[in-house]
Amino acid sequence: MKRTILAVVTSTLLAGSALADEMKLAVTTSFHNSGLSDILLPQIKQDTGIEVQLLVVGTGQAIKLGEAGDVDAILVHSRKAEDKFLAGGFGTHRREIMYNDFVFIGPSDDGAKLGDATSAKDALKRIADSAAPFVSRGDDSGTHKKELSLWAAAEVTPEGDWYNAVGAGMGAALNTAAGLDAYIMADRASWLNFGNKGDLALVYAGDPVLFNQYAFLPVNADKHPHVKTELAAKLEAWLVSDTAKALINDYKINGETLFVFNAE
Amino acid sequence: MLITLDADLVEITLRSLYVTLTALVIASAIALPLGALLAVRRFRARRVTIAVLNALMGLPPVVVGLIVYVMLSRSGPFGVLGLLFTPTAMIIAQVIIIVPLIASIAHQALRELWSDYHDLLISMNTTQTQRVQALLWDGRRALLTASLAGFGRAIGEVGAIMVVGGNIDHHTRVLTTAIALETGKGEFALALGLGFVLIAMAIAVNLAIHVISRTERGGRW
Repeated sequence: MKRTILAVVTSTLLAGSALADEMKLAVTTSFHNSGLSDILLPQIKQDTGIEVQLLVVGTGQAIKLGEAGDVDAILVHSRKAEDKFLAGGFGTHRREIMYNDFVFIGPSDDGAKLGDATSAKDALKRIADSAAPFVSRGDDSGTHKKELSLWAAAEVTPEGDWYNAVGAGMGAALNTAAGLDAYIMADRASWLNFGNKGDLALVYAGDPVLFNQYAFLPVNADKHPHVKTELAAKLEAWLVSDTAKALINDYKINGETLFVFNAE
Repeated sequence: MLITLDADLVEITLRSLYVTLTALVIASAIALPLGALLAVRRFRARRVTIAVLNALMGLPPVVVGLIVYVMLSRSGPFGVLGLLFTPTAMIIAQVIIIVPLIASIAHQALRELWSDYHDLLISMNTTQTQRVQALLWDGRRALLTASLAGFGRAIGEVGAIMVVGGNIDHHTRVLTTAIALETGKGEFALALGLGFVLIAMAIAVNLAIHVISRTERGGRW
């Protein structure tokens, strides 16, 4: 009995892994949590025959995986880290695919009055001035880096009892914010798809500095000869195609568009 | 919710079973003879070995995961094998986690059996291999408990397999990593549902092993 079960399991697993074209792609949590990957991956498989295996991690870790050659390509959103990745020779090039935007989430009564903020900088200043609880990703992800750059732009050093760096992914950080009734910066897609909103609400959005550009970077075969360059190129060609454009632009949650396709 | 997920749920449940049972078989094959050997044989480093094994029972899985990750990464010593983010990597991590646990419990149980058998086996002029075999066979019920403890630790483990498996859908996603993922999405109901599936499966496996080995029945102990 046990042997039969094991045999069945083994054969299904082997069958799963024996299917021809597989490649590993490290993506950011926001891309996956948005639900867009569930729409794109089946279509990619159908059109190109590539089975894309997603490693869902923060941008920091995605870049590390690319540097170590443990994935074939990365899809991330942190320009500075991407440029460093390219400068180190770990990637062949950078291709912009689409963007979404960051939003500020906070308690629905909005004690720090972010609803009246004039810019992202102003919003952060209001949080710091009122010492309202704020949850930071604190995990070196693209979202975290963006948040830190905004604090720097607002000329505020985020520290004190109100500033909680949780060192976790977008979902876990949102869970913490819901528990603490705190402010948090999140990407719109993750927020709309989040299931445990509690008393939180979207309090500020719209500043152009909050736009969040996603780029596709294949890992350089000169550094890691085993990477599947051809598959990565095929995937890139698909990602910038009209099919991808339609799927990305039409993807909506509760009637809201999440991503804007802008590949050239 | 769990009903709509049916096909995926069956898949990740079977993968959980496959990874953990494989790890359990390998770990038992290493740990049980090791436990018996530690009971039977007297050598200089014996005490230290036992202490180290006992201490390693509390090894944090995420540290094991990290070590296996560094070893299997393309930039690591075993990178050429390309094992990172495969079920095999998850099995390796779980074997490392549960070997000390199974070996420690096995050694503890067999030590008492050995004190009963000591004079008999010595007087029969048995070889060391025969002694180990005798202990393993006659202590099989206690060893079953040792293995089941290992199973319990492995099936519920998430830290290590998340790091070395990567939680890839249809490839390395198992029950525990799926629970972590759904919690991250704020889907607590689904996460809890998966948790109950995990518990039910652990109970089913334990019952099945007891039935197969016919313990706790009339006429047997």
